[in-house]
Amino acid sequence: MGEMKLLLMKKGAEASLYLTHWHGREVVIKKRLPKKYRPPQLDERIRIYRTIHEPQLMNEAKKAGVPTPTIFLVDVNEASIIMEFIEGIQVKKLLSETTKNKREDICKKIGELIGNLHERGIIHGDLTTSNMILNNEGKIYFVDFGLGEKTMELEARGVDLHLMKRALQSTHFRFTEECFNAVIEGYSTVLGAKNTKDVLEKVREIERRGRYIAERREEIT
Amino acid sequence: MRKKLADTVYCLGIESTADDFSVGVATLDGKILANVISAYIPEEGGIHPREAARHHAEKASQVLEEALKKAKIKAEDLSVTAFSQGPGLGPCLRTGATVARAIAHYLKIPLIGVNHCVAHIEIGKLKTGAKDPVTLYVSGGNTIVAAFDSGRYRVFGETLDIALGNCLDVFAREAGLRQKAGMPFGAVVEKLAAEGKRLVPLPYTVKGMDTSFSGLLTTAVNLLKSKAYRLEDLCYSLQETAFSMVTEITERAIAHTEKREVLLTGGVAANKRLQSMIKAIAEEHDAKLCVVPSEFAVDNGAMIAWTGILAYKHNVFTPIDKSFVKLRWRLEEVEVPWVK
Repeated sequence: MGEMKLLLMKKGAEASLYLTHWHGREVVIKKRLPKKYRPPQLDERIRIYRTIHEPQLMNEAKKAGVPTPTIFLVDVNEASIIMEFIEGIQVKKLLSETTKNKREDICKKIGELIGNLHERGIIHGDLTTSNMILNNEGKIYFVDFGLGEKTMELEARGVDLHLMKRALQSTHFRFTEECFNAVIEGYSTVLGAKNTKDVLEKVREIERRGRYIAERREEIT
Repeated sequence: MRKKLADTVYCLGIESTADDFSVGVATLDGKILANVISAYIPEEGGIHPREAARHHAEKASQVLEEALKKAKIKAEDLSVTAFSQGPGLGPCLRTGATVARAIAHYLKIPLIGVNHCVAHIEIGKLKTGAKDPVTLYVSGGNTIVAAFDSGRYRVFGETLDIALGNCLDVFAREAGLRQKAGMPFGAVVEKLAAEGKRLVPLPYTVKGMDTSFSGLLTTAVNLLKSKAYRLEDLCYSLQETAFSMVTEITERAIAHTEKREVLLTGGVAANKRLQSMIKAIAEEHDAKLCVVPSEFAVDNGAMIAWTGILAYKHNVFTPIDKSFVKLRWRLEEVEVPWVK
């Protein structure tokens, strides 16, 4: 990578994204830099694990019909991934600025895409609207599969949707409910009413397990 | 001798969400005049809510009296009384609430139900000078990463199951360790961890901005029982793994919100290793690290009193008939009109 001109696009918590040219293409290099705060052994384990798993899951997602950037090169030793640059706008930025109808359409589509992932046993692991990009052709790309896993377990699906809901609550608190309902609507068109009901029950169980919801009955003083 | 001014407002704060019963006194201009804490330490096992509540009921008048004495005021000087209304253990919360209601009713002063998590953030801001931080609140009952946005403290990350402090406490108990006043389980584990050399691989669970500690705890306890590892190494590995998890989600919240301050609070905030990890990410993002002094980082009455003052200034009161305790009162349900 010696001669390449790297432009730091985003310095996230986990990785830095650089925009550059590579064999005549515009690409993104995602590099997981060592974290000084954790012991080197643990740090390496986490970075290598995520660098290997992320491209695998992105590839799987593509097969499931969910747009993801194409992977060009994985360098495990450097903990870096070279992938396609998706030109578009983060759904996070878009959601609060658009109309109610558009918002519902986008969220429904997001729900379908999550459904596609789950149907194939892919858990994204970090479903937030900043990890979704709407490109110029109107396709929604999912990125950042670093915390994902492959499993058909209901629990994992529940947590995935719970995280989506939580992300809506913290970032799009004005429209949390309408957005989440639309996501579920889209989800159920892929996975059907029965599966959707089961996973929603799981979401409620997860909420009750933590300290997420107020008791439904009023407390007796 | 303090002179009683006509416009001096004293707020009494009663904290009783879990194993501590505490009473604090705060003034309108942010002076903490008293912060008396009585800790309930079980003979063995964890906190039994009823036993803790019994402790609170027994100690209440003594702690209250001591707090007023420290503040050099009489009960009649109080202008308002606040109590932690939730989240917490039912019997414990009810004991504090009962005391607060009695005082408010008897002295004919207003009552304010305060959210325990909000109070931790507010006292942290008062004591460290932080203005708009990302807060990591880690204790025996809570593990929360929060930041202010549009009228409320929003929860960006939290535990999906048990709290970080709870994870450390249970491990310590399983290892047969003992805690005593001034040396809680967390400090005992920290001391042993300092002697640890070998990092034993343990489950590292970060889901989005959330964490989970139950799998980590189970694995650590199983390894402990296998007797294949030194206790010091297990304490070290448990701390390194668990702290790395909360540090990762805190860093994600800093990157996401782009705030320039990190507030570290809760009982686990006293851990030096955790402090150094959070310091490292704060520096990386050009943020200032603010560690809340221990006395105000653990559960304490002063934080309730100070939050009571903030609410008082904005006329947020709680009528007695609406003062029932809220066991699972979420941080983000609370409007905080005093912020920005």
